[in-house]
This record gives sequence, C-alpha cells and structure tokens, in this order.
Amino acid sequence: MRKLTTLLALCAFICLACNSKNGETDKHEKISSKSVSLSASGATFPLPFYTLAFQKYTEKTNNRVAYGAIGSGGGIRSLKDETVNFAASDAFLTDEESKEMKPVIHIPTCMGAVVAAFNLDGVEKLRLSGEVLAEIFAGKITKWNDKKLTALNPDIKLPNMKITPVYRSDGSGTTNIFTDYLSKVSSDWKNKFGAGKTVDFPTGMAAKGNPGVAGIINNTKGTIGYIGSEYAFSLKIKSAEIQNSNGEFIAPNTASISAAAAGNIPDDTRTMITNSSAAGAYPISCLTWIVVYRDLNNGKNTLQEAKATVELLQFLVSDAIQAMTESVHYAPLPQQIREKAINNLKKITYNGKKLL
Amino acid sequence: MNDKIYKYCLITAVGLILPVGVGIFLTLLWDAMPAFEKFGVIEFITSCDGNSVAEGEKYGALPYIVGTLATSFLALIISVPFSLAAALFSGEYYRGKRFAGIIDSAVAMLAGIPSIIYGLWGFAVLNPILVSMKLSETGYGILSASLLLAIMIIPYSASLTKEFIMMVPSELKEGAYSLGATRSDVIAKIVLPKCMPGIISTFILALGRALGETMAVTMVIGNTNFLPKSITDTGNTMASIIANRFGEADGLQMASLIAIALLLFVITFIVNLTGKFIVKKLKA
Repeated sequence: MRKLTTLLALCAFICLACNSKNGETDKHEKISSKSVSLSASGATFPLPFYTLAFQKYTEKTNNRVAYGAIGSGGGIRSLKDETVNFAASDAFLTDEESKEMKPVIHIPTCMGAVVAAFNLDGVEKLRLSGEVLAEIFAGKITKWNDKKLTALNPDIKLPNMKITPVYRSDGSGTTNIFTDYLSKVSSDWKNKFGAGKTVDFPTGMAAKGNPGVAGIINNTKGTIGYIGSEYAFSLKIKSAEIQNSNGEFIAPNTASISAAAAGNIPDDTRTMITNSSAAGAYPISCLTWIVVYRDLNNGKNTLQEAKATVELLQFLVSDAIQAMTESVHYAPLPQQIREKAINNLKKITYNGKKLL
Repeated sequence: MNDKIYKYCLITAVGLILPVGVGIFLTLLWDAMPAFEKFGVIEFITSCDGNSVAEGEKYGALPYIVGTLATSFLALIISVPFSLAAALFSGEYYRGKRFAGIIDSAVAMLAGIPSIIYGLWGFAVLNPILVSMKLSETGYGILSASLLLAIMIIPYSASLTKEFIMMVPSELKEGAYSLGATRSDVIAKIVLPKCMPGIISTFILALGRALGETMAVTMVIGNTNFLPKSITDTGNTMASIIANRFGEADGLQMASLIAIALLLFVITFIVNLTGKFIVKKLKA
C-alpha cells in the first residue's frame, strides 16, 4: 500500500514537472516568433561601441544581435561564407576584394583614431609632425633631443635619450591606419615599409594588442608607440599633438577626430581619412564600417532578418546612438557622413525589393 | 570477458593517440606547403622576413628559430646548477628531513604557477631590475626571456632529478663511505654517474617545455623579427610569433606561420629523439 502511494505521488510529480516545462517552452516560442536573432562578426576595434549600441537595439525592438569580435579579416570571411547577417570591418573592401563577392554596401558606424603615446620624464605636451613621426619609426631620428624634435618643441627641454619605438606584434587594423598615415606623409616610408596590418618595422620593439603596447610604454622611459584612441582615451594615456596638413598641431579628442571626416568623402564612404585636409582635423583618424550584401536575399537572411538588419543599421547612425559614442570613447560621425550612410541604406534590397 | 574489455579499451586508446599525432603533422605539412613552394624549404629556414612594397610578401623563419633555440638553451644552462642543487639538497643531503619537504613544496609550487603570471612578473619586476643593473637598455630581450624560462623549467628538472638521485641503491653509497669516501666524493663519483642517463632525460624534458613556452616569453622578449645580435638584444620565438600573428593572418602569411609551427614540431621531435639516444648510449 505504501509503495503504491509513493508511486502515485511520483507520477503526479512527474506530470506536474512536464506540465510546467511545456508551459515554459510555449512562452519561449512566443518571444522568438516575434523577435529576430541576428548574428555578426568582425572588427575588435569598435566592440565596446557595438556592445552598447546592440544592447540599446535589443531594448528597443526585442531583436537580439550576437556579435563575434574575431577581427576584420575574419568578419569579411564569414560574410563571404554567408554564415553571418553582416560583418564589421576597420578596412573597406578594395575593388579587387569586392569582385570576389556579390555586391556589398559599406555603412560607416563610428570614428576612432590612432594616438602617439610616449613616456618621457617631465614632458606633458609633445608636438610632432608626420614626417618626424615617420623618421622616428624608420629609425632615422634616434635621440629625443634631435634637432628636428627640438625645433617642433622649442619650449620643452628634451633629454639626450635614445628613442625606443613600440609597435604591434600582432596583425592589426591600428597598424594599418598608422602606417597608412606614415605612407601618406613620407614617400620614404611608403617606398621602404608601406602600409598594412603587419609591417616590418626596422627598429624598436613590439607587443601584442593595445594593452601590450601601452604596458611597455608605461614602464619603459624613452618609448613612443601608437595606440588605438578608444583604449588611450579610456585610460587617459598621455599622447602627442600631431601636425595636420594645414599646419595645425592637433591633440586627439573626439571633436578633432570627427573633424577629420568633414572633408571630401566619396558617396560609398570607402576612403581612408588619414592626413585629412579639413580644419581642426586630427590627422590619424579612421572610420569603421559594417558591410552587408546589397541584396540580402541569400543563404543566410530571411526577409525578417533582412528587415531587422536594415533597421539596426539605421538605428546605429541615428542621433540617439551617435550621441552615445563618446561615452565609450569613440567619435560620432559628422552629419554629412550620416546622410551618406542613410542614402546607401536605401539601396539595400531583398529579392530586388527595397527595404527602406 | 573482463580481460577482453580491458584489451579493447587499451587498443582503442592507443589507436587514437597515434593517428592524432600523425594527423597533426600531416595537416601542418599540407597547410604549410604554399609557403615552402613559394620560398623553398632551405630558403625559408635560413632567411628573415623581408616584406617590401616593391617585391611583395616574403617570410623567413630564421630569426624565430634562432630566438627559440637561444632562449631555450640559455634557460637550460641557467637552470642546471639550480635544479641540480635543489635535487641534491632534498634527495641526498636533507633526505627525508622536514626542511627538504619545505624545499620540495616550494619547487612544486613554481611548477603550478600559470605562465601568464611569470610573464607579468618578468614584465613588471624582472625587466626593471635588468635596466637598473645596466644589463640591458629597456629590459626586453633574449636575456630576460631566458631568465624567466629558467625559473619556469627548474621545477620540472629538479623534481625528476631528485627521484633519480633517491633511486641510487644505498649499498653503493654505504660501500663508498666504508672505503673512506667523503660526501662530495660519493655525490661526484657514485650518485651522479649512476643516475646520469636519468638526469639528462629530465633536462631534455625541461628543454622541451622551454621550446614551446609562449605567453611568458612574448611578454618580455620584445617581439622584434630580426636576428638578435647579442643576448641583451630583443628577438622573437617560434611559438610567440604564431600566437601574435595568426589572428589576422591569411594567405601566404598564414601558410608561413603554419610552416613555422611545423618546424617547431620537428625541432621538438628531434630534441626528444636526441635525448633518448643519449640516454641509450649512457645506459649501455
């Protein structure tokens, strides 16, 4: 008798458990039928901004975005393989690269820069020109009290100390932007070392990631290195003012970075804005993009997902989100770039039908 | 019945290990082929990176091979006196005493520290010390990496060497003492010769660990891709360049990194074989 009661109780319990489980899955299905999950991968540089922006997007629409920060190159590869809804990249696709894929559209999302951080006792403000920066990294200027440096900084007493340049040991978009700038301002640099994600720097030493470079600069006197602005700003790292092509010495900050995109920008926004000629522009600034297929009807996207993707991109360049860039140490897109982004968004189709 | 189950489990396990090893070798070889085809095996091993705007991508493994061998062997040389001393101390002089136990656990603790912590210590403490001793301008370089590696491999060679020292039969030692030998005589003429093959094999094991160490080395070596000119110069190792570069690498660069991985695989294999060969010779 006792056994029977226990058995009955057990049965009842199991039934209850099953019931409640069923109820839960029902609820879950209801949510997921309404909301869309997007997946994306790409650049690590804008990750903090995207994390914030995607979170706001989820709050607003209940759609989720899963973003894998695997590097720009990896993101483009995933887009090519059609395993993601969109990719993020610090480098726009060149004409050659675009030929290998179906037509894509670049949507700029925010701006950043590369700063020249240094460690010198008693020196707070340092002024550098592009040519001098190139000569330092090429190993031609080797002492801090070199004539070219003292000429730029007449008010500072620079020590008779060896300059140790610090660069990135890993492949990085930061290196690409920095060396792109050096190539623009110094033909010598362009011919010898060129621009790229990994460059054979002739002198100094290297470390992995922004934290690695910043760490070496922080604990070694006489060093100078380049660091992504989002990292440098959040840690308030001391960095040099760089002379832009108008002859102004500009400290990197969100206003001077945004100013760099004020000049002539092509309609598809595929351009490097380093060495910008705009007034008040910090010369080593950059845009970062989200890359999507022009026609979203492919293996990865359903109509729902395509709609959500366009909606998300529109949301990213909206005033509300652009105003948040500075809270995570990026610079907002200037008005003209936002307009161009919206114009490009209007070109996106699904099965030939416009989405916006 | 039971015996059969044991047997089949064993065969499956062993049958899995071998293909995994061979498979790794073959995939590395396959993926490294583009680099070897482009540069040639000998040229790849004996040249440096030389990317130029005019001639395009060019990769060479020499600086990394030199960096790996230099740091590992230097680390081994630095670690030998310390690990031998620690082993003799707790295995012979203070055998079974409480003090030896303390030394043993201190050495074992060194083995348990994650390598990133060694790297951080080297970066924050060792490098500034090297600078203040005027041994190096910035602290970063082969010397710093070797010192760090030496500390990291001491526990491996020390604890294994101690086991071999303790295995020397006490009859032999007692015999020597009865003939009037001093303690240093016993160590130099009985203990060490008796367990020399064992000691050599432990040092080769330690060398193997130094060859593959990545994180700690990359934090202190300076990561420059040229041939180091002196031990205070900065350099790079094979494991470190792979860890640094593979994330954003593609095409020829990826193939070159895999080729470096293959070379590291081969070097480690050769080191182990040499070790076995030496042990065999000494035992015979």
